[in-house]
Amino acid sequence: MSEGRLVGSFIVPVHPHTVLVPEQNEGWQRLRDAFDDAAQRIKDSNADLLVIYSTTWPSIIGHQIQADPNPEWVMVDHDFHDLGSIPYSFNIDSEFAHAWDEANKKRGLKSRTINYTGFPIDVGSVVALKLLNPDNAIPAVIVSSNVYANRSETTVLAKSCLDVIKATGRKAVAVTAMSLSNRMFTTAIDPKDDKIHSLKDDEWNRKILEFLGEGRLEDVGQLSRTIHKQIRVQKVVAFKPMWWLAGMNENRNNLTGDVLAYEAIHGAGGAVVHLDPTPSGAGDKEYDEDDVEFFSGERNVLDAEGGAPSFDAQIPQPSKASTSSGPALWEPTTGESSVNSDAAPKPVGMYPHARRVGDLLYLSGVGPRQPGTNAIPGGPICDDQGAPLNYDIKAQTRAVVDNITRILEEAGGSIDDVLDVTSFLVDMDRDFAGYNEVWADTLGKVGPTRTTLAIRALPTPIAVEMKVIARAPKGN
Amino acid sequence: MTQGEIVAGCLAPHPPHLVYAENPPQNEPVAEGGWEQLRWGYERLRASLKDVEYDAIVLLSPHWQTYIGTHFLGLPNFKSLSVDPVFPNLFRYHYDLNIDVDLSTKIHDKAAEAGLTVKMMENPDFRVDYGTITTGHMVNPVWDKPLVVVSSNRSRDYYSVEVMQEMMIELGRVTREAILESGKKVVVIASNSLSHRHFTTESEIPEDMSKEHIASHAMHLWDMRMIEYIRSGQSQRILDEMPEFTEQAIAESDGGGLSWLLSTLDTPSYPGILHGYGTIIGTGNAIVEWPERNHKGASQ
Repeated sequence: MSEGRLVGSFIVPVHPHTVLVPEQNEGWQRLRDAFDDAAQRIKDSNADLLVIYSTTWPSIIGHQIQADPNPEWVMVDHDFHDLGSIPYSFNIDSEFAHAWDEANKKRGLKSRTINYTGFPIDVGSVVALKLLNPDNAIPAVIVSSNVYANRSETTVLAKSCLDVIKATGRKAVAVTAMSLSNRMFTTAIDPKDDKIHSLKDDEWNRKILEFLGEGRLEDVGQLSRTIHKQIRVQKVVAFKPMWWLAGMNENRNNLTGDVLAYEAIHGAGGAVVHLDPTPSGAGDKEYDEDDVEFFSGERNVLDAEGGAPSFDAQIPQPSKASTSSGPALWEPTTGESSVNSDAAPKPVGMYPHARRVGDLLYLSGVGPRQPGTNAIPGGPICDDQGAPLNYDIKAQTRAVVDNITRILEEAGGSIDDVLDVTSFLVDMDRDFAGYNEVWADTLGKVGPTRTTLAIRALPTPIAVEMKVIARAPKGN
Repeated sequence: MTQGEIVAGCLAPHPPHLVYAENPPQNEPVAEGGWEQLRWGYERLRASLKDVEYDAIVLLSPHWQTYIGTHFLGLPNFKSLSVDPVFPNLFRYHYDLNIDVDLSTKIHDKAAEAGLTVKMMENPDFRVDYGTITTGHMVNPVWDKPLVVVSSNRSRDYYSVEVMQEMMIELGRVTREAILESGKKVVVIASNSLSHRHFTTESEIPEDMSKEHIASHAMHLWDMRMIEYIRSGQSQRILDEMPEFTEQAIAESDGGGLSWLLSTLDTPSYPGILHGYGTIIGTGNAIVEWPERNHKGASQ
């Protein structure tokens, strides 16, 4: 199977006028014609997946992904209910939705799939899918726009989507359902009188479209915060879709852009834009944002999952995921037959995460530190001055098993390939029971041989580390 | 015709967690309980209203969000399934509610006369928002009173809290006028939380109360400040501080419900009864009743 890729991106407006009453205004009709043009381009691209990021589906608990294989209902817009109803029946790629959800979690995002009869699919997604995929020939997936997400979280969301597209060999089209300027008239208007709400909004919209027409998507992504301040009504969702779309296009600035239409919908700026991945030669950019691979932001407002740590008034309490102190971190070495994963914590010396020899994989000692943040789930065992801290051995042990899983998956295998484990505990008396309990729930079910040793210390302030030998996946 | 009357005004928040925790037959998910402090608060509110005669409930929900003025449900009955787009795991409720279209139209017309942008919602396929359903259920689970459902005009998003409040105070004034002229006895309800900063994670068991607390100390201080104003009958101070409260506590009063409610009650100077306070995924929620029936003419 060849590696999947993005074969195109589209920006489309969200309001229902283009579906229900395009004939009432020449501009609405031009947008509708542009939708039809876009639908044909998608068909011609032989795309086999549509990925919709909709600004009209806000979420709070991370991101939500529609996974009902055939959601059906009748959508009525909250504002424009007098224009009519839109019955829908969509073809959703449930398998992809679940794979994306898993990929999100591996990259540190909070995520969940949605599969409930009667779930209210939002107006932006309904309009996009009705017009871009009128015969439901291409399976689709829809993701929400998280109210609290910043750029790093939104970028990681795109990266995890690309992970799955590549791994599954899909030819995907990314779609953002969004307005440009989103200020509508606050009174009813005669359709024939529709126009962009203000000259200022119109000028900003045209500047954005000039960039997009030149394929400078990343430039628009970097201007998002400014655009939001200038021409966006301060709704909770903000102007995030350009971050996601830029991430889906690997933050490129040399796409081939084509603005198919730009018109007003009740004062808001609506545009249909096609961004082809073919390099345009425009190219240059200043990339001054953090290129984040894992999300490690504010997602730990609840206490430690898997049980709150026991509190001892005599001992200072760590936060759940304190950043560890300790030795400098190294990039994993990349010699012949080495296996390294961006999803595993960086080494504390010059060695790879794993090495393949014949049919076996030898993993370097794996601890609980988190990739990206170096935080220690369950807390470090001591502070920077060496004073002991309370910590959660179960959370640490779980994190070790998760890191082992990530390294084995990077090698093309899974946790089920583990053959032999040597475990190191810095406090056997305190921690063996908790460690053993997590073992029974995880690796114990896989069935490797095991040796557990008490040692004086580990290089970082962690309580447990495991040395693993695993079966190497065939064909890699 | 006898003059109508507002018998009570209520602040009655709508997090779907409350219906979820109640396990009514209309809701599909099943819970092990949770958020009892608030649910007991709703019990006290229901008990307080139990022997009060009234004809209809007028309810403003921040989850029917309209940007082109204020809208009113305008058909006699709505029956469907309401699924919360944010917490579909908790709220999938089969509703069947009746609308007092006469009273809706009367408020609509009065608002139009006052220069406010308004529209009746007469599309039979329209799904009623989960905020309306949750508050409607928690206040009156037998659904034996017709409703007037008022949308949340998001004028705060377009302009400012001050402009939003100006419009909502006017809407409250005409709502009161319409009710008094209707000859009906009415309970008016604003369906909103106070501070509104959510957690961004959900515990494995959503009703695990060991995880529930206010999002931050600042949110707690703001909530208590507002509650003290309520308990001491200082409605005008609530209105005066609404811009700061709404901005700093990210309060759900941004939807206009609380300003509208206080205006329909003619800015009461008597104490509101705090039936309950609690947090839901970090947001602050108070259940309050202003027993207007006992305080006729006690406005500022």
